[in-house]
Amino acid sequence: MAHDASTASGTLAPLEGMQGIVADWSSDQRAFKKVPWGKAMMWIFLLSDTFIFASFLVSYMTVRMSTTVPWPNVSKVFSLTVGGQEVPLLLIAIMTFILISSSGTMAMAVKFGYQKDRKTTALLILVTAAFGASFVGMQAFEWTKLIMEGVRPWGNPFGAAQFGSSFFMITGFHGFHVSVGVLFLLIMAAKVWRGDLDREAPGFLTGRRGNYEMIEIMGLYWHFVDLVWVFIFAFFYLW
Amino acid sequence: MTHADSHEHPIAAPKKLEGQAHPISVYLWIWGLLFVLSFFSYLVDYFHFQGLLRWTLILLFMFLKAGLIIAIFMHMAWERLALVYAILVPTCALLVLTGLMSFEGNYTFATRGTHFAPEVPVAVKATH
Repeated sequence: MAHDASTASGTLAPLEGMQGIVADWSSDQRAFKKVPWGKAMMWIFLLSDTFIFASFLVSYMTVRMSTTVPWPNVSKVFSLTVGGQEVPLLLIAIMTFILISSSGTMAMAVKFGYQKDRKTTALLILVTAAFGASFVGMQAFEWTKLIMEGVRPWGNPFGAAQFGSSFFMITGFHGFHVSVGVLFLLIMAAKVWRGDLDREAPGFLTGRRGNYEMIEIMGLYWHFVDLVWVFIFAFFYLW
Repeated sequence: MTHADSHEHPIAAPKKLEGQAHPISVYLWIWGLLFVLSFFSYLVDYFHFQGLLRWTLILLFMFLKAGLIIAIFMHMAWERLALVYAILVPTCALLVLTGLMSFEGNYTFATRGTHFAPEVPVAVKATH
């Protein structure tokens, strides 16, 4: 009775710290313990995606540093006129708060998913998708506004020509990520609502059996989209 | 019968989920913090802070927000170090890339200043 559960079942408690890293990576069968394989793979995908977004942001830095023409005043370019008064970066700030809120609802969806609360989970995923869709909508509005004002990938009336190409490339690629995310959120919401994850029904594309880990993996992607926006907001809109 | 169910066929045993569950208050707190930090970074622009102060504040709020999202929302704080290091350490290569390209960007800027500068001396020479 004195010995603990881990020795009784014949397994040792996993090592921690540096020794834990060496033990995990040199171990048989799986290096990433205590995570479903899908989650480890999603993390590795996100790492590669990080490098893609970083390439865009670094090239933006390079063209901005090397141009001899003054960079447009971003605070002014992205301002909105409300009640006759010009508020700088208003739309961008609203978009930021919306994306953060969508991350919050997503995190809660993951939690309710593991509690097998089917309806709350589906509802929270739908709210997340709605936030995401409104974000894309505002981005479309912003693109329209800038295009009407004459911003093009090869030039604009406000300053350095590289502004347009950086803007369309970076926000376009991010917007594409959000759009794909919304699509997958809607698919996931339908799966949850139908009870596919409870019944472990095979998916329509991969045939993998449904389970609530899928929502956490979906959540990782969604939080990543929010994470990238944090960097775009800081470097492109505020710098 | 009972043996066969519990020990002989481990594959047939019901799958135990390996996901994470944390109290909802954690997420609500982080949500609130992210709102506050975003509001602060917006104020940096609103109050027209300039120069070193602006860049320091922008980077500070950015890294705080990114850290909270990765650690709490993406559950990195509760993962095993083998995964944390596998994902976070490679991103340090990006700092090297950023350093190299800022060097390159400065060099290009200097070259443009030399080679694409208004050709005043030539114009002066032509009048003589």
